[in-house]
Amino acid sequence: MRMLVTGGALAGIFALAALLSFFWTPYDVAVLDIAAKLQPPSAAHWFGTDHFGRDVFSMIMVGARVSIAVALVAVGIGMGLGVPLGLAAAASRGSHLDEIIMRGNDLVFAFPALLIAIMITAVFGPSALNAIIAIGIFNIPVFARLTRGAALSLWTRDFILAARVAGKGRVRISLEHILPNLANLLIVQGTIQFSLGILAEAGLSYVGLGAQPPTPSWGRMLAESQTMISFAPWLALFPGFAIVLTVLGLNLMGDGLRDLLDPRIRRARA
Amino acid sequence: MFRYALTRFISLALSLVVASLLIFFMLEIVPGDPAAYMLGLNASPETVAALRTELGLDAGPVVRYLGWVSGMLTGDFGTSYTYRTPVAEMILDRIQVSLPLALLALALSTLIALPVGIWAASRRGSLADAGVMGATQLGVAVPNFWFAMLLVLVFAVQLRWFSAGGFPGWDAGLLAGLKALTLPAIALALPQASILARVMRSALLDTLGEDFIRTARAKGLTRGQALRRHAVRNALIPVLTIIGLQFSFLLAGAIIIENVFFLPGLGRLVFQAISQRDLVVVESVVMLLVFAVILVTFLVDLAYAAVDPRLRRPH
Repeated sequence: MRMLVTGGALAGIFALAALLSFFWTPYDVAVLDIAAKLQPPSAAHWFGTDHFGRDVFSMIMVGARVSIAVALVAVGIGMGLGVPLGLAAAASRGSHLDEIIMRGNDLVFAFPALLIAIMITAVFGPSALNAIIAIGIFNIPVFARLTRGAALSLWTRDFILAARVAGKGRVRISLEHILPNLANLLIVQGTIQFSLGILAEAGLSYVGLGAQPPTPSWGRMLAESQTMISFAPWLALFPGFAIVLTVLGLNLMGDGLRDLLDPRIRRARA
Repeated sequence: MFRYALTRFISLALSLVVASLLIFFMLEIVPGDPAAYMLGLNASPETVAALRTELGLDAGPVVRYLGWVSGMLTGDFGTSYTYRTPVAEMILDRIQVSLPLALLALALSTLIALPVGIWAASRRGSLADAGVMGATQLGVAVPNFWFAMLLVLVFAVQLRWFSAGGFPGWDAGLLAGLKALTLPAIALALPQASILARVMRSALLDTLGEDFIRTARAKGLTRGQALRRHAVRNALIPVLTIIGLQFSFLLAGAIIIENVFFLPGLGRLVFQAISQRDLVVVESVVMLLVFAVILVTFLVDLAYAAVDPRLRRPH
């Protein structure tokens, strides 16, 4: 429970900062103030300013928006396509459909994810949307495999047999009985994929393939700071901390949720 | 065993065919004509057309696909549009950086993770265990390229122990080469080591709860002896799978780290080739990396089946 609260608090701070940035930031991130460039952290600029005089704290707030949005939608794509595929594969176990879905999964797994994400964004042009698609594609097999594995064991249970005897079809059983029983598992995995999505988005923006200027993103802030790291280290430190704390928060949340939702772990602790 | 190996091999071949189709046709839709890109804005349409013919871009996609695949099977990866040199040569050149980097990172990650994982598992619930779990949790959360930047800040900029980037080539000597790869390898190894230590710990804890460990203890072995002689060996199976996966990840996933340190590796080659529309290079390198990943998975599967006969039976 402690992990869940700590993780939730950490991730929550950044989620709040992202939401708040829609209405208020200490400084306007679109306004350049060359006179105030490269100022170290101070009372006026908590996290200092960058080479254009923009407030780093405000940029991190707006950057949180991009990171969270990209990762969240990518998880949505992964769940939205992966879960139905996994359910279909499990419901038709051993059939050609099952085989095709699972081999397709293996294939996507075989592709070096980052490399393909870079290829996708290169083919369709760098943008936050293409970063979402690239990251989302690699979430599909994760959810499909997880769903299939868990659903297969559920299909052998008595309550599913009862539903079949009651005359329910495979689709209805999958939706009404299997899916609700997978919810906990999917929430936990969703949290983990969310944190991986934040890392992937940061990586893509770092190489210039994520959200495009002037929208600030954590990865690009790090890329821009690289040449200035020796005389303006705060430019590299704060966005980095933002990524680490958000990912750490989400991972702790995932672990905490698993402990809370998995009855076996709960029983083992009792 | 033979039957199992054969089905796995067929599956490997099929995966490779589908992967090659995907890579080739995905790059077919890349906007921009490589010939026009190579010649620049002032080229006349006739010159562009002549270059298209020279590069073999006139032929239909199916013919070019078959040409590409049959070429690769004989070791001919085509000629780079940008550099006009054989792609195979470029790959050989770059793999001299990427492969040692991946191996070095893998060795580092394994050397750190296994003892740490075993140590934490053997002290389950202690402060040391909690410390390891906390540290690995943090290690997983740190983006490797950010960690790389911090390493540069401390060890290259402040302490001046290492250079901030670049690669002198192996001609400059083994030590100079290894020195240039040290910081990148550490940056790559940290998150991998964190994952591996966690896997090692949990696999060992699972094994320690098994009956055969109880039997070993009942026969008079101490906890430490049972751990060393029986538990660690059995717990290594899932750990080896992760190590296999990590190797392929490190080979292909070093692209960002190669960018941080300006290392002339495979990842950086792909990245540059994409921006130069040098599609022959992109598709060949990506195919090679996918081949490496699929091959490693295949070998891990076979090794598994050799160790554990239960896996050979169809599900």
